[in-house]
Amino acid sequence: MADILKTDVVIVGAGPVGLFAVFELGLLDLKCHLIDILDRPGGQCAELYPEKPIYDIPAWPVISGQDLVVKLMEQIAPFSPTFAYNRMVTSLEKLADGTFRVTTDENEVVEAKVVVIAAGGGSFQPKRPPIAGIEAYEGHSVFYSVRRMEEFRDRDVVIVGGGDSALDWTINLQPIVRSMTLVHRRPDFRAAPDSVKKMFDLVEDGKMRFVVGQVSGLAGDNGALSAVTVKGDKGEETVKADRLLPFFGLTMKLGPIAEWGLNLHENLIPVDTEKFESSTPGIFAIGDINWYPGKLKLILSGFHEGALMAQAAKRVVAPGERIVFQYTTSSTNLQKKLGVAG
Amino acid sequence: MTKITFIASSGARIDVDAVDGSTVMEAAIKNAVPGITAECGGACACATCHVYVDEAWTAKTGKPAATEEDMLDFAFDVRPNSRLSCQIKVKPDLDGLVVAIPERQA
Ligand SMILES: Cc1cc2nc3c(=O)[nH]c(=O)nc-3n(C[C@H](O)[C@H](O)[C@H](O)COP(=O)(O)OP(=O)(O)OC[C@H]3O[C@@H](n4cnc5c(N)ncnc54)[C@H](O)[C@@H]3O)c2cc1C
Ligand code: FES
Repeated sequence: MADILKTDVVIVGAGPVGLFAVFELGLLDLKCHLIDILDRPGGQCAELYPEKPIYDIPAWPVISGQDLVVKLMEQIAPFSPTFAYNRMVTSLEKLADGTFRVTTDENEVVEAKVVVIAAGGGSFQPKRPPIAGIEAYEGHSVFYSVRRMEEFRDRDVVIVGGGDSALDWTINLQPIVRSMTLVHRRPDFRAAPDSVKKMFDLVEDGKMRFVVGQVSGLAGDNGALSAVTVKGDKGEETVKADRLLPFFGLTMKLGPIAEWGLNLHENLIPVDTEKFESSTPGIFAIGDINWYPGKLKLILSGFHEGALMAQAAKRVVAPGERIVFQYTTSSTNLQKKLGVAG
Repeated sequence: MTKITFIASSGARIDVDAVDGSTVMEAAIKNAVPGITAECGGACACATCHVYVDEAWTAKTGKPAATEEDMLDFAFDVRPNSRLSCQIKVKPDLDGLVVAIPERQA
């Protein structure tokens, strides 16, 4: 087995609520390790609405989703949390000595006394376009991300989409493929202008094709793709393809959490409102993923839940130790932890 | 009040009264019109409120703004009359508006 990382608290999900929990746990001297399937912190704020204004964060009359994430990262920096991105937490089990063991889809193992599930609406997963029969090709010819570039060497590749993922992979894979076709429903792109220019340069040099349209059908057998049908303004066209990469953004799905033996209520984790603990002692749930009477899916509610949860988590990690209530304004002890003591 | 007709992918017609100043998506949700999910609650951030505006009405509803066009990239089977219903404001001008709901939301 790979090396086991040991820490006090492992947090599943690095959305705003998971991030702020690091602060509250840190004030109580608990070290945190966060795992997220996204490639960066911020959860919904970073993935779904980075540029949109939020108006109900206390003391910030207006702040964008992305700026909120930047500020949270700055606020928790003194506690030096560790992060693992692009990782799905797949399993959670309790060991004989009461420690929890968390495993990711890359087979990394983390052990901690406390698990905090801050998984929001679930893990972000790629959207599957509604093309008849696409499931049969997934994992063989159809991929929603590029994990190994070799998978595409000397292949006839079709990429669908108009954002940065679609454009970046078009440019990065083009040199190694047999043929490259980018399909997008319109000639305008959401991607960085520089990437768009690079793509059009490649088209001009005859190194790839760009087709305006939408994929309407797939041909092939036994999971092996041979061609895709593209419907455009001027009718249908068949494009030879044995690899297809559709990039239609991400959607949230509960994912592996359903298999961790926790009580669930309509895909949410019921908790009490004193400790925000799940049906398994030592496993807490905060933010959008939890449920209790009166629950509001607001960032500010998730922050409050994190503060109360931290007190309970401390009692699990250090039973019997007295917890003294202190203010960050006046406690030199807390200020030392924050690195601001005079 | 402004009348709006939703045509479900099954062909069923659903007539609703919408409050002026609200959005076509809000009228759908309030009246439990099937096929409009509106995951993001109208923030133009999910593309699950996709509709096809009846050709007779496209001039009155207007064209999508740039941010809406970007979001339509995430919808499926996008057509020239595609709109995100959370971005269409209800006004007396639109009395009698007809929109069709696609077979699947993003
Ligand atoms: C368009 C829009 C506008 C909004 N506006 C507001 C507003 O104005 N005010 C407000 O208070 N709230 C607003 N919200 C809601 C707010 O964004 C959520 O309440 C908040 O993001 C919840 O934070 P969270 O940390 O609980 O979860 P999330 O932000 O959902 O983050 C959870 C993270 O956990 C990860 N994850 C889940 N399961 C796994 C797993 N098994 N392995 C690895 N990673 C996993 C996910 O990938 C995700 O990154 C808005 C939401 C949307 C979509
Ligand atoms: S409700 Fe999400 S884009 Fe309209």
